[in-house]
Amino acid sequence: MARLLGIEIPNEKRIEASLPYIYGVGHQTAKKVLEEAGINPDIRTGELTSDQLSQIVNAINSAGIIIEGDLRRELQSNMKRLQQINSYRGILHRRGMPVRGQRTKTNARTRKGGKKRTVGVERNPNAKKGKV
Amino acid sequence: MGRSLKKGPFVDQKLLDKIDAMNDSGQKRPIKTWSRRSLITPDFVGHTFSVHNGKDFVSVYVSENMVGHKLGEFSPTRKFIAHGGVGKK
Repeated sequence: MARLLGIEIPNEKRIEASLPYIYGVGHQTAKKVLEEAGINPDIRTGELTSDQLSQIVNAINSAGIIIEGDLRRELQSNMKRLQQINSYRGILHRRGMPVRGQRTKTNARTRKGGKKRTVGVERNPNAKKGKV
Repeated sequence: MGRSLKKGPFVDQKLLDKIDAMNDSGQKRPIKTWSRRSLITPDFVGHTFSVHNGKDFVSVYVSENMVGHKLGEFSPTRKFIAHGGVGKK
């Protein structure tokens, strides 16, 4: 387990596969960062020297990539702005509905919350006892 | 996809004229408009607009951080309808 940028602890995978463990860094960003830092993406994270690690940190910082808490805060504040000015997107955020024009007649369960059960037919609990 | 920068922001000319007239006379009255497609520019700030939503005019007071949105975003065209929940008869 290597430590990168404070809390990040990617494991003993290839460095290219480890970087996406950081919130805000995906496959593409990872590739770009490694190219910037001049590091072979196939090296295992554990085999990197601390020099190389700091090179990666430098590459991330200098590329202006916003990660982890900062990114979460930015998204949060964007959302808050939309809600505060009462825009349509803000209203959808407030109601927990999909914001980008997806259909809501069916699906959209990620935003609207898990599965909804329909009220089906249930056996009358008294049926067998002959009380009905 | 965003709008080409070359074209500049889009605001209906009619609406611009109304705002200019309002600024010149120094009055503050709600501006009635159907132009939901107009981008809110910095000169809109502080004015109140009555934006048509297809049925009524929704009054929208434009604040600073609304700049860059369209007027229509603040005048919903649909009513939110929810089913009555269980025990909410």
